[in-house]
Amino acid sequence: MNSQPERPTMDIVVCIKQVPDTEELPHIRVNRETNTLVRESAKGIINPFDENAIEEALRLRDAKGGRVTVISMGPPQAEEALRKALAMGADQAVLISDSSLAGSDTLATSYTLAMGIKKIGSFSLLILGKQAIDGDTAQVGPGLAEWLRIPQITYARKIEINGNKIRAERALEDAFEKVESTLPCLVTVTKEINIPRYPSLKGLLSAKKKEVLVWSADDLTLDRKRIGLEGSPTWVIKIFTPEAPPKGEVLAGEMPEVADRLIEKLREREVF
Amino acid sequence: MAEMRVDLEKCNGCGECISSCSFSALELKDGKVRILAACNFCGACVDVCPEEALVLEKEEKRVDVSSYRGVWVFAEQRQREIMPVTYELLGEGRKLAEDLEEELSLVLLGWKIEEKARELARYSVDKLYLVQDPLLEHYCTDLYAQALVDLVRAECPEIILLGATSLGRDLAPRVAARLKTGLTADCTGLAIEPEERNLLQTRPALGGNILATIISPRHRPQMATVRPKVMKRAEPDGKNQMRVIKIKPDLASQGPMVKILDLIREEKNVADLQEAEIIVSGGRGLGKPENFSLIRRLADLLGGAVGASRAVVDAEWIPSYHQVGQTGKTVQPKLYVACGISGAIQHQAGMRGSEIIVAINKDPGAPIFDIATYGIVADLHRFLPVLIDKLEKREKAAGLKNSIWEK
Repeated sequence: MNSQPERPTMDIVVCIKQVPDTEELPHIRVNRETNTLVRESAKGIINPFDENAIEEALRLRDAKGGRVTVISMGPPQAEEALRKALAMGADQAVLISDSSLAGSDTLATSYTLAMGIKKIGSFSLLILGKQAIDGDTAQVGPGLAEWLRIPQITYARKIEINGNKIRAERALEDAFEKVESTLPCLVTVTKEINIPRYPSLKGLLSAKKKEVLVWSADDLTLDRKRIGLEGSPTWVIKIFTPEAPPKGEVLAGEMPEVADRLIEKLREREVF
Repeated sequence: MAEMRVDLEKCNGCGECISSCSFSALELKDGKVRILAACNFCGACVDVCPEEALVLEKEEKRVDVSSYRGVWVFAEQRQREIMPVTYELLGEGRKLAEDLEEELSLVLLGWKIEEKARELARYSVDKLYLVQDPLLEHYCTDLYAQALVDLVRAECPEIILLGATSLGRDLAPRVAARLKTGLTADCTGLAIEPEERNLLQTRPALGGNILATIISPRHRPQMATVRPKVMKRAEPDGKNQMRVIKIKPDLASQGPMVKILDLIREEKNVADLQEAEIIVSGGRGLGKPENFSLIRRLADLLGGAVGASRAVVDAEWIPSYHQVGQTGKTVQPKLYVACGISGAIQHQAGMRGSEIIVAINKDPGAPIFDIATYGIVADLHRFLPVLIDKLEKREKAAGLKNSIWEK
């Protein structure tokens, strides 16, 4: 039987989002006549900053004991991203998925995630990536901290836990700030914080045996007016592409000649 | 809940609505239009339907938006210095206030900052809320949020603009969530829609490859963070007509939930990349890490900094602070030279704002050529040495000339 832990363990919740893999996307095309996005079949990946969040949670758990629960809100296929988090080593995964959540903005999303986290139970630390690479808003983290009424530390590039205190280094524009808070606390992390692991073979095998819990809106105690489109103050009314840059010039020919022409062009444009 | 319906009696299957939908949420089935789950209830299709077959029903539940008046700009100060983005917001805020025929106000939070209030009075501002307390001397999320939320509830502005800085993007979502109002991140364009007085907020998404216009029609205040260095800076008007309203905030006495222990200036090399006028970047096309010496040499000759794509940073050919792109730095130099970088969305997002882009890649189909000012289809291992040689000779010649003139 398991013996009682001698010191308090860390129960950590990590929020992740599945996003299109922009590394594999050469173009995003918008049909100029209809102003609609041409959806390419980019594969879904875990938002890169969220991988750092998972990695940090796993390291803390491995050092201090406890559980890592990964949670996501999204369409059914977001289960793939949660499976990968399990393969990396997370203990538990939850997907909140329901058609009534469609049209959620960052306020409605942070509310729904907060209600999901309440259902998971108590936690010491909540970790998110600093922002998602599709929307780039960085608003869900602070919104979530507000719904849960806990302190927030954004843009953390280093964190350390000691007892019920957390210390972190926050990356600002031209400086970094050392801060301290008590737990429970919400942290959003930058890429500098760690290098995420790849799932091990053992991890992949054990992830197959684990279940991804899928919760619908009815499984949560929700105020229906705060979710989906109804709970979203902001509405997207138009999507369009920025003006295409003027067509560039191709410099072709023998290499020395091309190099001379390039230097000449740069000189004309007063680079030197 | 909002609901979108099709009156099947009226729908003639013309398809006009399908091309009007930004969300690919309509399709034709059996000669009638059908609404898919992607529907965002924007109503664009309702306006174009010649048969009035599309019906959008929205529950009428609005805050009394007309009781919110005026435009606010959050004046960001750090160590008692007003951040440059504040003046950009003042320029933009003035235009919005004029369109609405309302006042433009500034909100400044801090401690012992009266002197800064005098500096701000040189600009065209109607009112300054000067909120002072020793607990507000340094930025902390919870106390700044509390002070700002209390003031908003008392004064009811219709628009609040903040800089999309590390501070603004930490504070704004916390305040918006407490007020349960709309917030749009990192806007690059703002305008007023005259009929409803809605703020039209335009922002880039997917790394700048698409733009979206967003409104918060039923909520006030409408909050937006605005990307620095996009809006035109206000100029002082010298009229000194700003009224100062001093506020003593009612803050929790126990102090901030997150305490600042120390503030340390960043290492120079990080700032270097973002400040650089010229950047030479290398990608997977370099073949091996040693070949970064070509990139460094070219950067030296041009007086620029060294950048890198995500692929070579992930492969640990070069430290991550060189990385340009969506998960790295966003740069806007005068000249960006991309060597052996294919230019996926993830990379373009970090450098497409560069003034001149030179792309050197052996694959003529590489997406980097779509945005290049000058494209060179060549093997960089052959081309770069030639270019470097030319630049070295040029430098030598210039050096010789200078030394003659100087003597």
